[in-house]
Amino acid sequence: MKKNIALSDTGFLFNPSTGDSYSTNPIGLDIIRELKDGSSPKEVLKFILGKYEVEESRIEKDLGDFIDMLKSFQLMDNNG
Amino acid sequence: MVNRKKITVGVTGLNNIDSPGPGIPVIRSLKESKIYDVRIIGLSYESLEPGLYMHELVDYSYQIPLPGAGVESLLQRLSYINSVEKLDVIIPNFDAELHNFIKAEKQILDAFGIKMFLPTLEQFDARQKSVLYNFGKENGIKVPYSKMIFSAAEISKLQHEFTYPMVVKGKFYDASIAYTSDQVTSYFHKISAKWGLPVIIQQFVSGQEVNVTAIGDGNGNCIGAVPMRKLYITDKGKAWAGVATDDSELIDSAKKVIKALKWKGGNELEFIRNNDGEYFLLEINPRFPAWVYLATGCGQNHPEALVSLALGDKVKPFNEYIAGKMFVRYSYDMIVDLKEYEKISTIGEV
Amino acid sequence: MSKIIYERPVITKLNTGISNKFGTRTEYTPVTDIDGVSVKSIIKEHGSPCFVISEKQLRKNIRSAQRAFKTRYPKVQFAWSYKTNYINAVCNVFHQEGIWAEVVSGFEYQKAIQNGVPGNKILFNGPDKTTEELKTAMENNSVIHLDHFDELFEVSAMAEERKQKTRVAIRVNMDTGVYPMWDRFGFNYENGQAWNCINKVMANEWLDLTGLHCHIGTYMLAVSAYSIAASKLCDLAVNIKSQWNKSIEYLDMGGGFASANSLKGSYLQGADIIPTIDEYAEAITSVILNYGFKQNELPLLILETGRAMIDDAGYLLGSVLATKRLSDGRRATIMDFGVNILFTAFWYNHKISPAQEFSHHTEDMVLYGPLCMNIDVVRESITLPLLSKGDNVVVHRVGAYNMTQWMQFIQMRPRVVMIDEKGEVHIIRERETIQTLEQLESMPKHLSSFEL
Repeated sequence: MKKNIALSDTGFLFNPSTGDSYSTNPIGLDIIRELKDGSSPKEVLKFILGKYEVEESRIEKDLGDFIDMLKSFQLMDNNG
Repeated sequence: MVNRKKITVGVTGLNNIDSPGPGIPVIRSLKESKIYDVRIIGLSYESLEPGLYMHELVDYSYQIPLPGAGVESLLQRLSYINSVEKLDVIIPNFDAELHNFIKAEKQILDAFGIKMFLPTLEQFDARQKSVLYNFGKENGIKVPYSKMIFSAAEISKLQHEFTYPMVVKGKFYDASIAYTSDQVTSYFHKISAKWGLPVIIQQFVSGQEVNVTAIGDGNGNCIGAVPMRKLYITDKGKAWAGVATDDSELIDSAKKVIKALKWKGGNELEFIRNNDGEYFLLEINPRFPAWVYLATGCGQNHPEALVSLALGDKVKPFNEYIAGKMFVRYSYDMIVDLKEYEKISTIGEV
Repeated sequence: MSKIIYERPVITKLNTGISNKFGTRTEYTPVTDIDGVSVKSIIKEHGSPCFVISEKQLRKNIRSAQRAFKTRYPKVQFAWSYKTNYINAVCNVFHQEGIWAEVVSGFEYQKAIQNGVPGNKILFNGPDKTTEELKTAMENNSVIHLDHFDELFEVSAMAEERKQKTRVAIRVNMDTGVYPMWDRFGFNYENGQAWNCINKVMANEWLDLTGLHCHIGTYMLAVSAYSIAASKLCDLAVNIKSQWNKSIEYLDMGGGFASANSLKGSYLQGADIIPTIDEYAEAITSVILNYGFKQNELPLLILETGRAMIDDAGYLLGSVLATKRLSDGRRATIMDFGVNILFTAFWYNHKISPAQEFSHHTEDMVLYGPLCMNIDVVRESITLPLLSKGDNVVVHRVGAYNMTQWMQFIQMRPRVVMIDEKGEVHIIRERETIQTLEQLESMPKHLSSFEL
């Protein structure tokens, strides 16, 4: 996750390098915070499994999709 | 200005951009009221409407659903806004939202006690471009001859009734001037693809564009009318600068239209004055124009009068105004904190 | 510590301008039950997808339409337009409410007869009636609505040969200020064709001109068009009286009243722009009442409104098969129903509600049907909560035309159930099986076996 992304509790994201803003839901916010703290996608998955009532196969698919979106919005560094 | 009546008014059309909505001019007029001490609640559709960030004029703002989302969504949102703000009056300022507000007028009054002063659906429909010519004919108001056409096959027959150039108009928006039948055909296809059928063919009248901002009490009386001649027009066809003129014939025409329609609420009448000095009515816009603040500047505060009419307060018709006052529009860059944009974007109020 | 209820993560770019966070709230208020019966229980019992008809809503619509006309005009008769929905249970709700049958084919005619509708209470419309079907209609004393001169000549010849006074009505098309004009059915008013046909019928001793009929269009938003149509039919009726001294028994104003569905391309919601049934009633009845008929010669007013009666009494329940991303990043949701059974998705933006609770977070998405066909799109763009595989949805206002125009294509057609006024659920049309379809096929002997 790019370090300079500004994040607020309302789920509002601002990328100061591009000027784009985004909105995410509470679980999205959790994931982005974890990624920003340096967790790997695997560690994020574990964290979500511990916090939310969800099956692993489902979060695996949804998390993959979410991270793809973060990448397509260029909110993540190339190394993930 | 003591003893002014404290009221809260919701206003839409905060898009004070290069082709501005009437919201901010309406608000400025209300803020200058000598009768009312007005708290303004902005109602916006987009998160970048400049009015959202003009806190010296707009006390607080809320996003409202786009007209396409329907009356039910609008009522739900108003229910929330009203529970916080206790609105006395709403002044809608967009053509596209008027249908829903008119349709929901009674529900908004019954459920929330919020008053509006809007044309009826019949009045709203009677000024549609497609029927304006007949309206003029019935009421002795000159309207350029016009005709609805439904297929390109009718174009070849137009030369019996029209002379070139003619104006090819869409049902709701768009107008192009055509000098040949090939141009008519080309505009017909373009406009019908965008706005559907019918397409309106109108006889072109050359001359000077003059507009009137006016307000009717719903019983046929004109409460106020101020004519303005455009001095400079932007590439979007909007007046950049204009001057209030002293023209009793034009005011009489405006009064005639308001009487014939028993118009209720504010409106803008677009006329053209041909070289012989005759006035032709081109369009009736069912809300205040963006230049309505000029009327206030000339001594006729139409938005304030509209609020009085809505509240059932006594209103004395305006009989005079100062001609020769001008308006010159300018743009102005505000500095806005990202936090504000975040608020309107995520929680829908600011 | 108990875990938080899961909802999939979502991130959307805030496009400058419209965020419209509150715009579509009502669209995703969950609909968890229909007439008190839970959506989940219907799906569990009857499968997904499944059509549901609310008998309560249906009767309510019928009664309010009848009230709107009967309080304004002394002689009113509705006829159920079979083509709108001809599942027998649906038809019988109408017949129980005193409504006749309006049919446009021999197949629909047979259905009406089998449902027990007396022959003289069936109006036989449409351009396609075979000789055999015309004969049956004559035997049953049904009114034959003439569509073209070929039919007039055939019916005349048959009536004469049978020496039977035959009841006919004339379908009239006309300019009502609404375009395109429906001039392919019946005889034109403006060019004198209708009057010409009337004279031919009146001059024939074996034909009894019972009624005049028009059907000016569909999803009509302008009530004024009905006023114009009514005055043109009245004009013909008055002329028949003065020229032939014959009082026409009925004027049939057809149907075409809009339902609250939103047409594609319409900026405003259907529910906000359609006229009420009272406005249609006022437009039609005031013209006839004021046309100058003598009180005892006022014609019976027949209405064949279909869509406005049944659309909002029909629901389609369905489930999410999968969600995916398109190449441009848009969310796509694949449902287990498509244009094969929701035919009206071609012209309506149907309202779709989730059938379970969600947070207020939403996503713009394309809704696809299950067919392996590119045209199978239920909504090109809709904002819905964060649906996942297995979630259920309710599609609103599907009662008209879907259960008659649906296709058996790739998939078989699902069950249709009706919730009665006591909240009991009845199967009114069984789901198709492979046997249903294969019984129609036969195999030439030389094709009966192969080796692979």
